[in-house]
Amino acid sequence: MGHGSGGRMSHELISKTFLAAFDNPALKVRDDAASVTIHEKDSPISTRLAISTDSHVVMPLFFPGGDIGRLAVCGTVNDICMLGAIPQYLTAGFVLEEGLDVEILRKVVASMQAAAAQANVQIIAGDTKVVQNGKADGLYINTAGIGMIPSGVNISGANAQPGDAIIVSGTLGDHGIAVLVARGELNFQAEIVSDVEPLNELVAAMLEAAHDIHVLRDPTRGGLATSLNEIAIQSQVSMLIDEKAIPVKPAVAAACEMLGFDPLYVANEGKLIAIVAQDQADSLLTAMHNHPQGRDAALIGIVTGKQEIEVRLKTAYGTTRVVDMLCGEMLPRIC
Amino acid sequence: MKYLDQYRDAGLVRGLVAEIRRTITQPWVIMEICGGQTHTIMKYGLDQLLPQEIELVHGPGCPVCVTSLEKVDKALAIASQPGVIFTSYGDMLRVPGSTGDLFSVRASGGQVRVVYSALDAVKIAQENPEQQVVFFAIGFETTAPANAMSVLQAQRLGLHNFSLLVSHVRVPPAMQAILGSAGNRVQGFLAAGHVCTVMGYWEYSPIAERYKVPIVVTGFEPADILQGILYTVRELENGTHTAQNAYPRVVAYQGNQSAQKIIHQVFEECDQNWRGIGSIPGSGWRLKPELAAYDAEPRFQVGAIAPIESPLCISGKILQGLQKPVDCPAFNIQCTPEHPLGATMVSSEGTCAAYYRYGRSK
Repeated sequence: MGHGSGGRMSHELISKTFLAAFDNPALKVRDDAASVTIHEKDSPISTRLAISTDSHVVMPLFFPGGDIGRLAVCGTVNDICMLGAIPQYLTAGFVLEEGLDVEILRKVVASMQAAAAQANVQIIAGDTKVVQNGKADGLYINTAGIGMIPSGVNISGANAQPGDAIIVSGTLGDHGIAVLVARGELNFQAEIVSDVEPLNELVAAMLEAAHDIHVLRDPTRGGLATSLNEIAIQSQVSMLIDEKAIPVKPAVAAACEMLGFDPLYVANEGKLIAIVAQDQADSLLTAMHNHPQGRDAALIGIVTGKQEIEVRLKTAYGTTRVVDMLCGEMLPRIC
Repeated sequence: MKYLDQYRDAGLVRGLVAEIRRTITQPWVIMEICGGQTHTIMKYGLDQLLPQEIELVHGPGCPVCVTSLEKVDKALAIASQPGVIFTSYGDMLRVPGSTGDLFSVRASGGQVRVVYSALDAVKIAQENPEQQVVFFAIGFETTAPANAMSVLQAQRLGLHNFSLLVSHVRVPPAMQAILGSAGNRVQGFLAAGHVCTVMGYWEYSPIAERYKVPIVVTGFEPADILQGILYTVRELENGTHTAQNAYPRVVAYQGNQSAQKIIHQVFEECDQNWRGIGSIPGSGWRLKPELAAYDAEPRFQVGAIAPIESPLCISGKILQGLQKPVDCPAFNIQCTPEHPLGATMVSSEGTCAAYYRYGRSK
């Protein structure tokens, strides 16, 4: 299961198995979506496309703030947005467990359509497979999507530069904790709602305010810490983030405290990290604050240099420590 | 939350550090007993704030780390049996036994479930009368009352499909073993606040007296830890050695007497094997003979197990404060959290895991 946690073990699996087999330039960049250029034969006109796919498995299927359908649409829409692309079309593949209530499926599909409408994308192709009872957990959804990268936009996890500002669009850990609480295994209740949202409007507003955005990334599984480590590796840079500046809702912080989790490693589904040239940080933050999805955006750190590849955190006491990728699944501690 | 935050206040922390600097005149070696305290020190970089005269060494107080390999192997053997639902605290699942961990048992079809309390395991036993439900009852005095309670509850409910694989450990005998060992360097202790919440600290006065070391009951937030260090340094500088309480908001001298009563209703003292350290006399608890029906070991006949420990791992020395993770030739090379050789690299409270996670590899 650790291989599915989005952390170091997932990375090992991807490098040693998938990258090794499918080796090609678009895949090698390791962004949330692949960027490819399409030419008509013998024509000087070309189009840059962002393509991404994501499979969704979540327990329970419905949780405060969303459900597997909304998650499946937003996940792929956001992956495409993280190249600065405008998502346009999605496909959806369903794996259904025999015995799944059709009413549940209808609700999930309606939720997908609502999310697609919100993100201004169309779901234009699909596939359904049914597996025997017990061979799946109710319902799995794969979505794939395509979007156009506007000319002049060049955003990638490999583009972070020393001196750049690191911004997050809002509070961290809401989705992961909302889903965990919704599972009902923890014997506590909390009013924490998943942040699952399509981010294309926010990204469009950001691109309008700042033309020199270098990196966008949505910190899903593995959380902020893992995403920043991925970017540090892709761009071969070091980063310093400020603990005090990182926005976390008090309820999420309290739940993490009880479970021995660190909000820096908890999943988000409607937040993004932006790394931008220092001189545009203020105008970008202002634009984000003016958008409902970026209301709580905060400048949390800087890209420090190219000597070492690591992410460090400055504590409230001025001491620093390394912030590593998530390793394996997060496990609640004993005491 | 506001309450806890106060113990992380930067002004308070700076004040305590300044006071420690004013007090100290010579080098001292202080051991924090509990892995939770080690993680606070590393996570907040408290060692970077302290004067260089203070050397913190990290103690054996990580319940997951010290659970003997033999018990882990027994857990793997029981969890692999058909018809068994094996329940455990989460961070025990990744601890390597001789042949794998509980995750690998789960991956090959065993029913291994994470629970947050022993009482959840009793509930699972109630809901699954056809299955044998086993709870891995590990930990220090902290988890013992709830684990003991689960036996009493199963008894009251008349459950015959519930049992415990018991591997309880006690702090005071471990402290005596460290202080009595030939290579001991520890001059003062930060005692584990959670353990003392249950047991009080009346047990520590005779140890402080006998070995002439100050023992200060200490909490887990940055200000708590620094307060504990300050009290210890004051004692060391004055040449005194008493058991004191720097965590009075939670700990009382007598501890939680109802919890202690439940422990003694269910468990009795025994010698215990500590992973990497060996047997320490009187350092464990086992089920009382009259409760043997709730003991998983005879029930599943996992008597003779000969565990194989990695020859590279120095976790035993680390748990006694004799060496640090960076002294280990395997640290961050053969031994990482993904491929741990010893339990100190696995547990969220393990010393090696703390060094690895917070980047103290140099």
